[in-house]
Amino acid sequence: MIVNKQLITIKGTREGLTLYIDDSCSFSDMLKELDQVLSTKYTDKDEPMITVTIQLGNRYLHKEQEEELREVIRRKNKLVVQSIESNVILKKQALDWMEDSEIKTITKIVRSGQVLEVTGDLLLVGDVNPGAKIVATGNIFVLGSLRGVAHAGVDGNRDAVIVASYMEPSQLRIADYISRSPDYESEGVSMECGFIDGAKSKIVIDRLQVLSQKRPDLNGFERRILHG
Amino acid sequence: MGEAIVITSGKGGVGKTTTTANLGTALALLEKKVCLVDTDIGLRNLDVIMGLENRIIYDIVDVAKGRCKLKQALIVDKRFECLYLLPAAQTSDKSELSPEAMVEIVAELKQEFDYILIDCPAGIEQGYKNAVAGADKALVITTPEKSSVRDADRIIGLLEQESVEPPNLIVNRIRNHMVKNGDMLDIDDIVQILSIDLIGIVADDDEVIKASNHGEPVAFQPNTRASIAYRNIARRILGESVPLLSLEDDKGMFSKMKKFFGMRS
Repeated sequence: MIVNKQLITIKGTREGLTLYIDDSCSFSDMLKELDQVLSTKYTDKDEPMITVTIQLGNRYLHKEQEEELREVIRRKNKLVVQSIESNVILKKQALDWMEDSEIKTITKIVRSGQVLEVTGDLLLVGDVNPGAKIVATGNIFVLGSLRGVAHAGVDGNRDAVIVASYMEPSQLRIADYISRSPDYESEGVSMECGFIDGAKSKIVIDRLQVLSQKRPDLNGFERRILHG
Repeated sequence: MGEAIVITSGKGGVGKTTTTANLGTALALLEKKVCLVDTDIGLRNLDVIMGLENRIIYDIVDVAKGRCKLKQALIVDKRFECLYLLPAAQTSDKSELSPEAMVEIVAELKQEFDYILIDCPAGIEQGYKNAVAGADKALVITTPEKSSVRDADRIIGLLEQESVEPPNLIVNRIRNHMVKNGDMLDIDDIVQILSIDLIGIVADDDEVIKASNHGEPVAFQPNTRASIAYRNIARRILGESVPLLSLEDDKGMFSKMKKFFGMRS
């Protein structure tokens, strides 16, 4: 074993400290060294609180280990853990992310009394009839008539949008916002989209063309990376 | 081997029973061997409309429970020898009939008849499940009202889960003058929402009610609007291609002349 090899590298920036932790040593070695390093160097009582960012490299920490690590740093007063970053995630988490950002294509007519629920974005090739409901954790795109209820971003994603070739919904819901159709008889509109307008803090329906300004993230790949 | 067609709508009072009676009559007129099956247990009407109420001895529940043979429960029509009715029970409950029993009865009828028309009760519970159980095909009836179209949509959704062919649509009781004024949904709107194939349109016609009260389906009459519509549907069921009737009120020579002279009729 090479004794001299430093397991922990500390770099100071304007925002605080960044700890680079070697990802090939064992977790307990790392904790031990961390404890030593921190106690020898940072014990001055007069200093203001310092925020710490931890870079784990290619090391994965499960919940308990992460807690232990935070605990070690917390014991040194004046240090606050801001974030723990790692290059690796669990496969399961990766799959969840993938599912969340995937577009599910479904071809059917959703009829009165039926509910269609998907994780991620929904691309429905078909109609949503009055009395029917479609729900997605992501965005909803309807290639057909939307006459029922559509709920996008059901887990709380307020950036989700609802797009339909023919928009005559009885209700639009995005995250925790709800809007309903007017009480007077009205014709539907073609090629429109619904999204939450930040300024008015309500759901607005507008031409499809405004979407590129309002939700530029919708474009392809970047949206997927936003997660990470 | 015959074909079993269930006639259903979800909503009550849109004309399932009337349609069953009339299509049965129209198919019998085309010399097909037809059996009408009433599955609306507890609220049977088909026998009344056919004018066969007084001939009922056994009913479908008796058959299902094995209290009689299927042949004993069948009632032959007054007018056609090739038209039979299997009546529903009036005193029993819907739970007395099970989908399995229904499948068996329909399978037995199919050996004997060309067409078995099953009159479905309103609703989507046990009665509906019984009616659909044995069917190969379905006809969905709707009237040009929003509530009726909504229920038809629900029923079509449920039918899609069954092992039946995609259902066909009959729009019943359409009133041309109301459609023209925009007070009634028009055929295109209905078909667009339901997106299934339209097999017939039946105009609202007083003759239908008159005939039903006499226990004689209107399809038996030679030339009322409704009877022609029903007979056309029967021919379409047989696979003929018959154009849809025009809905224009044709009041004879006089109105034609008025139109000719540019007067309002």
